[in-house]
Amino acid sequence: MNAEVPGIGAAARYIGKRVLRKEDPRLLTGRGQFVDDISLPGMLHCAFARSPIARGRIVSIDSTAARDVPGVHAVYTAEDLAKVSFTMHTFFMVPTSVKTPTLAEDHVAYVGEPVALVIADSRYIAEDAASLIEVDYEEEDPVVTLADAKSGQPVHPELEHNIAGQMGDEDIDEDLEAAIEGAPHRVTQRVIHPRISQSPMETRGVVATRDGPEELTLYITCQSPHTIARWVSLALGLPQTAIRVIAKDVGGAFGLKNHPWKEESSVIIAAMLFGRPLKWIEDRYENLTTANPAREQDITLRIAFDNDGKLVASHSEYDLNNGAYPQAVDDGMAAQMFLWSAYKLPAYGFLTRAWYTNTTGLAAYRGPWAMETLVRETALDKAARAIGIDPVELRRRNLVKLSDQPTASVLGLPLEDITPAECLEKLVENFDIAAFRKEQAEAREQGRYLGLGVATYIEPTASAGSMGVMTGELAQVRIEPTGKVTATMSTHSQGHGTATTMAQVIADRLGVPYEDVTVFEGDNSRGGFGPGAAGSRQGVIAGGAAIKASEMLADKVKALAAHLLNANPENITIDEGMVHVEGAEEMSRSLSEIAGIAYGEPDRLPQDLGTGLEVQYRYQPPPMTFTSAAHACVVEVDAETGFVKILRWISSEDCGTVINPAVVEGQISGGLAQGIGMVLLEEMPIDDRGNTTAATYKDYLLPAISDIPDFEFLHANTPSKSIGGMRGVGEGGAIIGPPTLVNAIADALSPFGEIDILELPLTPSRILDLIEGRDISGSAARHQAQAGAQLEAPAAAEAAAPAGQAAAPSSGAETRIDGDWKMVMKTPMGDQEMTGHFETDGGTVSGYLASPEGDQNFTGTVDGNVVKFDLKVDKPMKITLKYNLTFEGDSVSGKVKLGMMGSAKLSGERL
Amino acid sequence: MSDHQIGLTINGRRHVASVEGRMTLADMLRDDAGYTGVHLGCEHGVCGACTVIVDGRAVRSCLMLAVQADETEIKTVEGLAEPDGTLHPVQQTMREEHALQCGFCTPGVVMTLAALTSGNAQPSEESLLKALSGHICRCTGYQGIRRAAKRLAAAGSGDAA
Ligand code: FES
Ligand code: FES
Repeated sequence: MNAEVPGIGAAARYIGKRVLRKEDPRLLTGRGQFVDDISLPGMLHCAFARSPIARGRIVSIDSTAARDVPGVHAVYTAEDLAKVSFTMHTFFMVPTSVKTPTLAEDHVAYVGEPVALVIADSRYIAEDAASLIEVDYEEEDPVVTLADAKSGQPVHPELEHNIAGQMGDEDIDEDLEAAIEGAPHRVTQRVIHPRISQSPMETRGVVATRDGPEELTLYITCQSPHTIARWVSLALGLPQTAIRVIAKDVGGAFGLKNHPWKEESSVIIAAMLFGRPLKWIEDRYENLTTANPAREQDITLRIAFDNDGKLVASHSEYDLNNGAYPQAVDDGMAAQMFLWSAYKLPAYGFLTRAWYTNTTGLAAYRGPWAMETLVRETALDKAARAIGIDPVELRRRNLVKLSDQPTASVLGLPLEDITPAECLEKLVENFDIAAFRKEQAEAREQGRYLGLGVATYIEPTASAGSMGVMTGELAQVRIEPTGKVTATMSTHSQGHGTATTMAQVIADRLGVPYEDVTVFEGDNSRGGFGPGAAGSRQGVIAGGAAIKASEMLADKVKALAAHLLNANPENITIDEGMVHVEGAEEMSRSLSEIAGIAYGEPDRLPQDLGTGLEVQYRYQPPPMTFTSAAHACVVEVDAETGFVKILRWISSEDCGTVINPAVVEGQISGGLAQGIGMVLLEEMPIDDRGNTTAATYKDYLLPAISDIPDFEFLHANTPSKSIGGMRGVGEGGAIIGPPTLVNAIADALSPFGEIDILELPLTPSRILDLIEGRDISGSAARHQAQAGAQLEAPAAAEAAAPAGQAAAPSSGAETRIDGDWKMVMKTPMGDQEMTGHFETDGGTVSGYLASPEGDQNFTGTVDGNVVKFDLKVDKPMKITLKYNLTFEGDSVSGKVKLGMMGSAKLSGERL
Repeated sequence: MSDHQIGLTINGRRHVASVEGRMTLADMLRDDAGYTGVHLGCEHGVCGACTVIVDGRAVRSCLMLAVQADETEIKTVEGLAEPDGTLHPVQQTMREEHALQCGFCTPGVVMTLAALTSGNAQPSEESLLKALSGHICRCTGYQGIRRAAKRLAAAGSGDAA
């Protein structure tokens, strides 16, 4: 890399360099310490007996035979675990909204739900015994698919429906609908994303030991030992400090290992009850069939363009299968928030809903909101073909450029320094599109189908401060008496290489050799709180913390050296572990000499300096830092077999200051490989009884080296506003990879027509569907059957006729509006009761709404029996509520628009 | 369950063990002999993480029973580097090419490459890449692994870059 590092300047010594990783010598020689490598004296092993059905009542559990197996120490069921109070929490550190047991209590809600836990001398014996546990079930019909969820019985008896969360408008805004329907160009894109497995190569696992009466030590594979300690302490009602969590090496996580779930929690409780260290290591069969999976989403996006290809309006309807016990309900709001954030779109509306089903509960996966980029970017290419405009040009006309900023997205997201348009220009400068089109045309004449796909996006990274769990990061840096540097960081690596990148930053800013810096992390008793690897944040925030702490420490060294050497601190520099005085080379001292004095000879220090050389700094960055990128890939589709070969892939990304290009490119490459897997291979099918039918890596296909091309990289380096100027890069590849590849395939297939419904993965048989113009894969038949079933299904409770429309203004009946009305508004946050007072005067109305939060006056308009007025509120956020009420006899009904939160129904009657 | 007495050489040291007939070689190496560098990613022969060298050949230790390894000579990832810590050429090349992130798949990849490049073997780039298609890495997107394989093939053919 160049010596001039944006945000750092020309003085960079290690930042921006492809230095070798500190982690590698250990990991290459088998000296990693993963959770399964931990063995404690007296440790026993666990295995689970799991539900073979997706839904039903547990009638009885007989574990007599299991207990009789030699080497078995105990069999625990929910009844046993109940002796320890334990409340499952979500990723956001609040109790789950539906009761989530550790081991199933009186009923099971998905295939593979753990029902009993066996403790034995070895895993072999524990599994033998688990298979001998007899459970009697009263089986019920499960709710498996999104379509089932909409019409089927509630998964959770305490709810009346299967909606786990909902945002947006149930009825599309009339003006928006008119804008879409009236536009000269319209395109609709439906994307069906299957359920997939995060598949870190190391499965889940925990070793739990109760050392000391109040202390629990956990070795656990995770994304942050601090998050684990916090989560487990909340679940157990213990102080966070009573729990020690150690996770030295982790074999990948990708969103699966944010916090414990049913299995790890059961083992933790069992270890507390049994009093001996317990180990549970998930096997791959368990991982594929019962670990919290990701995705399973269905979105339909409509976009309208004017004659110049400029965006006019858009609307989407989005459904997400959250399974029975999601780790945190994903209602798709994040996807909606970012769907049009990088584009100039005047009007947007959406309905997004999370559904409970009798399947394994959802967890995160690299870029959990990635559907927004997938549906938008593939829809834009579809539109480009329909309008007859170049896909790059279509984006050019609509992307927010640097010169447009500061501005805000259609949903109000502030944009200050995003660069997707600039990344796109850089990309096309480095790829000769005209030459490719020529080659493509020639190839087609020979019956070879080449395709080019381009996609752009922005990614929210380094979120801090807007969600309670997303905090800043702490760097504690010290120069030891020997002159060597130790840093204790709040970061955690599951392959991210933070021990390398943080050492680079510290060595750079402190002026010591990279080899002299050692970074410690992976143990909550050492570093300060940090949420670890979640949301592409560590390089940005911890990098900023490390820079600042190192600079503070350098200042202390300079102050001390100036005092000792009778020089001006301004004239002191530190370089490669030597302290120099400008213009007086003979006065140079080694850092170890200075450190020796700082620790051991307090008499020689200036009075106010304090002994030792230690500094800590917690960095609170801007609330969000955006990374931008544009990617291109070229494919060849074999029209005989339907196989896709990726011929070239270029990434043009802007992640600000690059600490280590090898690490940055590694993150992007890993994400892209996962993206390629999502498009071509990965799918976790579930049969109609709720059984996961991919149980091994022979059924669940992960990309191999032969599936992944060489990636080429172009780095733009627009410094962010955070210290050091970094931008997060952890998730991007998995977000932008899928649409880039889909677009290339769709371009290659364009002589055969459009992919009507984009259902992933694009297996050879699905590609042949289009090439041969018949339903080889059976997907079309399935979609038709599902659409038919939905039409026939009785209207579910929530799908009742929208109140606002049902009450069409009637002509004859005399309706009196004046007076007091008792009304209930159904909001995403729950029901809100209020009293309304109305006084009409010709075409105007005035009055007030009274609720426990206080009274608010309004004035508005009356048209027949329809009343409209606006109210500004400050809580929970500053929005204008737009009321549209229809009065009929003694009842009132209508709709309240809640800004970008969608709308709420309101109904009531005369008091 | 019957136990069997086996004796073998692991990383140059004699190891005698009493194992159940059903115990896999991988579990014996990890739990009995303490070579935890042998990683288990799938336990059904697809991911390659558990690869060790048995009598000179790369073998998936999750698919072999410990009793089958009686009187064999085994090398695990712990036995590759020099006693003074100098990395084996495969390890060194992997390091220089940033061919690992979490390091979980790494021991298997290293052992396959070590088996195929050992002694006078002069594997072609294609044969190394073909062998590597039996290893799953979820982190790296294989970029560094492929670069390492190419360099190792070139080194074997005498035209090292
Ligand atoms: S663990 Fe042996 S091949 Fe995966
Ligand atoms: S480095 Fe993590 S699986 Fe390969």
